[in-house]
Amino acid sequence: MIPVYMILLISLVGMGVLGVLGNQPRASKINVWFNAATLIVSLILALVVLEQGPVLSDDKLFYIDAFNVYLIALTALVGLTTSIFSGPYMENERRHGRLTGKRLQLYYAMYQGFMLAMFLVLTTNNMGFMWVAMEGATLATVLLVSLYRTPESVEAAWKYFILCGVGIALALFGTILLFIAAEQVQGLGSDGLTWTILFERASELDPAVLKIAFVFLLVGYGTKIGLVPMHSWLPDAHSEGPTPMSAILSGLLLNDALYAVVRSKMIIDKSLGTDEAGVLMMGFGLLSFLVAVLLLHRQRDIKRLFSYSSIEHMGMMTFAFGIGGPLATFAALLHMTVHSLTKSAIFVTVGHATQIAKTQRMQKIRGIVKTQPAVGWALVIGTLAIAGFPPFGVFVSEFLVLVATMKSYPWLTLPLLFGIGVAFAGLFRNLHPMVYGAAPQGQLAVEANMIPVYLHLVLVLWLGLAIPGALSGWFVQATQLISGGVPF
Amino acid sequence: MTWLLNLLQTLLFISLAPLLVGWIKWLKCHLQNRNSPPLIQPYRDLSKLFRKETVVAEQASWIFGMAPYIVFSVAVLATSIVPLIAVHLPTAVMADVIVLVGFFALARFFQALAGMDIGTAFGGMGSSREMTIASLAEPAFLMAVFTLAVSASTTNLSAAIEYNLLHPQDIRPSYAFAALALALVAVAETGRIPVDNPATHLELTMIHEAMILEYSGRHLALIEWAAHIRLMIYGVLLANVFVPWGIAQEISLPALLEGTGMIIAKLALLGIFLAFVETLLAKMRLFLVQEFLGFAYLLGVLGMLIHIIMEVGN
Amino acid sequence: MVIVQPDHYPQLITLLASLIIFTAFMMLAQGKLITLINLFGLQGLLLAGTTAMVAQISGNHHLFISAGLTLVLKAIMIPWLLRYLVVRMGLHRVVDPVQKPIQILLFGVSLVVFSYYVTLPVVHLSTLATSNMLAVSLAGILLGMLLMISRRQAVTHVVGFMTIENGLFFSAVVSTHGMPMVVELGVAFDVLVASVIFGVFFFHIRDSIDSLDVDQLNRLREENE
Repeated sequence: MIPVYMILLISLVGMGVLGVLGNQPRASKINVWFNAATLIVSLILALVVLEQGPVLSDDKLFYIDAFNVYLIALTALVGLTTSIFSGPYMENERRHGRLTGKRLQLYYAMYQGFMLAMFLVLTTNNMGFMWVAMEGATLATVLLVSLYRTPESVEAAWKYFILCGVGIALALFGTILLFIAAEQVQGLGSDGLTWTILFERASELDPAVLKIAFVFLLVGYGTKIGLVPMHSWLPDAHSEGPTPMSAILSGLLLNDALYAVVRSKMIIDKSLGTDEAGVLMMGFGLLSFLVAVLLLHRQRDIKRLFSYSSIEHMGMMTFAFGIGGPLATFAALLHMTVHSLTKSAIFVTVGHATQIAKTQRMQKIRGIVKTQPAVGWALVIGTLAIAGFPPFGVFVSEFLVLVATMKSYPWLTLPLLFGIGVAFAGLFRNLHPMVYGAAPQGQLAVEANMIPVYLHLVLVLWLGLAIPGALSGWFVQATQLISGGVPF
Repeated sequence: MTWLLNLLQTLLFISLAPLLVGWIKWLKCHLQNRNSPPLIQPYRDLSKLFRKETVVAEQASWIFGMAPYIVFSVAVLATSIVPLIAVHLPTAVMADVIVLVGFFALARFFQALAGMDIGTAFGGMGSSREMTIASLAEPAFLMAVFTLAVSASTTNLSAAIEYNLLHPQDIRPSYAFAALALALVAVAETGRIPVDNPATHLELTMIHEAMILEYSGRHLALIEWAAHIRLMIYGVLLANVFVPWGIAQEISLPALLEGTGMIIAKLALLGIFLAFVETLLAKMRLFLVQEFLGFAYLLGVLGMLIHIIMEVGN
Repeated sequence: MVIVQPDHYPQLITLLASLIIFTAFMMLAQGKLITLINLFGLQGLLLAGTTAMVAQISGNHHLFISAGLTLVLKAIMIPWLLRYLVVRMGLHRVVDPVQKPIQILLFGVSLVVFSYYVTLPVVHLSTLATSNMLAVSLAGILLGMLLMISRRQAVTHVVGFMTIENGLFFSAVVSTHGMPMVVELGVAFDVLVASVIFGVFFFHIRDSIDSLDVDQLNRLREENE
């Protein structure tokens, strides 16, 4: 239990320290150190859970099992690598006059605040507290989206705030309904929001109420996942906010919202016995997937392009969790990991590409590979990875999803294949001129630390070729927890 | 015996109506720091009109001549069914709210036709405005009444009042909404500020008055009296249905006296309230009346919903 | 304190709940910003009163703390903050016109009916006396959303958002006699921080588009790519 408290404490202290020291040049290094500390502690936690099994705190407020422990480690890792990238990036922005010292203070403080909220969502056992942390994550990032204070960014931040705020209010109603169902069962009382207890006694909860509760929870948290039709905040927030923030939003927040939905689904499935919840998730997931791949083609801004790609992948993950069987769940868990790693790497690379080209419009970005080969190649490899090219990890997870769909709903593989193809076309159609076109005069390379990016891409490659035993064991344990069976 | 009592109640109703109007006028004048006519002025006006010559235009049809009588007799019929001082009277069986709405509609129909009968522009304008307002006010009225009817499981006024008397200490929000809706409708239907100014002399702003511009003599007297009676009917509806304490439930002299005293007191209070409203508010423009009545309808619907959602047991 | 019969509490709660819905409708019809904020404050006051009454009949004494928190936060602090911002921005003479008021109000009524229909299975389940208020609370939430959809000024959007939070709090109070204290405190904290951030936002919006009419925040449309 101590590692859990340590993680939370580190982020909290980091928020305070950076709030004060954020405008100094060494703030980025302090940020990196805090993130490194959380990564180390989370890895220790992972080892503990791997050996001892699930850990429950005494006041039943915190619970770590196979499902969330790897997400915690993933969050810490992506947080660390993004902070390494964000140091020089933000300094560059400050030099170009787009950010002031005060705003950097806010940025660094809210970075840690966001990490704190993410860890709270992942570690808490109380569904109500999970909601509070999720809303906290929204609040931490909303001022970051409008960091550049342009009219577009203010609009994006406003849209983000209102849409996510309203969406998450619906999720709170779902949580309250869950509590109502729990209170009817004898002896639950104020434990009615504790996930472990709810999961244990799920069969005693009234199915009708849980159905309604799940709809609200899905729509509410689904807004934060970026499911269509609640997705319109996502492209705006990703394109207008600073790039490190896009990276952590895409890599972490979407995952954690999906985690919240899946935790709720576990309770509902145990109570209902049928797969109605799964069908709902499949519907939303497939819809998001198809709409996103089609809208991908209309984008002119590079960050919006990749944010629609995020919506597409989150849709596929929701779809896979919705199918529900062990194979699909394993695929979805793997996909969560590799998508998080790849997408954050891509956004980092895109950030550097936009700094080189001084614009976000894809029409004006040319010849990246000639100007700075490290960035150019990273962009190519990253896009290959996210489009689902073998032997990257995304290929493996998408393949597994297709196999699972063919087993249970064979006719749904057609839209999936169609979508994957369309997304591939959309991404490469835009990528090719950007990377290989003739570089305009006077385009200079920027100071960039590409090591985190390559680290991510190598990890994704590794996961595609041969998942290490420990990680695979983790996934299998989590799959067993969620779907009740083993994949292979 | 009870039939006699019924007749007496009707007579009392009819004779008190001008007094209520006189009371409201007296209050308004004093609120506006003017000298008021005496309280019995409406009686004097009515008797003056009865003695005057009735002038009828040459192009008038039989509707023009018959309308005042129809309107007045409908008003009298309506008074006989609305419980004024006692609930168990013989006509109470007929005292269905829908019947009341029907009575009002009948009177309004003939009055509107009479307004258009002569062929003057103002008459037609008044009739069309009156019908517009009625078409908006009637649903609101019915909604407010339905809330009441759903609680009491009957549309009979007498039975509804008795039901309310059974549970006097109940705090019912649905009633509050229904009463407010009914009050708004009453203001619209009786032609008081803020919907229509009864004392106006500007024809283009008139609604009710415009329809009766051509009338004189005893015709005008009957129509005016019917208008007074209508105001009193709405007042009695509001007072006795929603605040029914004091109404006589048995036919005995003390109960009847108490009933009479209580209704006079309640009407006096309502008069004070109406006088304040008329003094504080200004007449609103005609196209805003639809919002006003839409709001009344909304209140009625809300009352009904609140009743269904919250007051019906699981 | 007034000595009221114990069996009057459910009726008083019914009365307060109906007044809460009434204030929601009044807000839908209201164009003046200051009156809107005052109505919101009134709603917070009614909410605090209802919570206190539920605390009395259920014996859940931590609900008294919640009631106090609601009173301070939603009836006093947030309306004060919003009023201060409105005056500071010079918006107190601005009217946020209600387009098609009758249609909006009637649609609001249909939302009330809809929420009644949706919460029927839940109401049948619960054994609490106040459980039929769940429809009222969901209606409050949906009416808050309708308020946000039907208006153009940013301040109205914030009031609508806070009304949604009011509805949520109300649903927790009447259907489960309050959520665990930890959660309630967390939610209250979130609401407070949200309102502060909204305040900061108003200045940003006004600095960028020189008005708080959020219909003018439309550069990020799909066609403008």
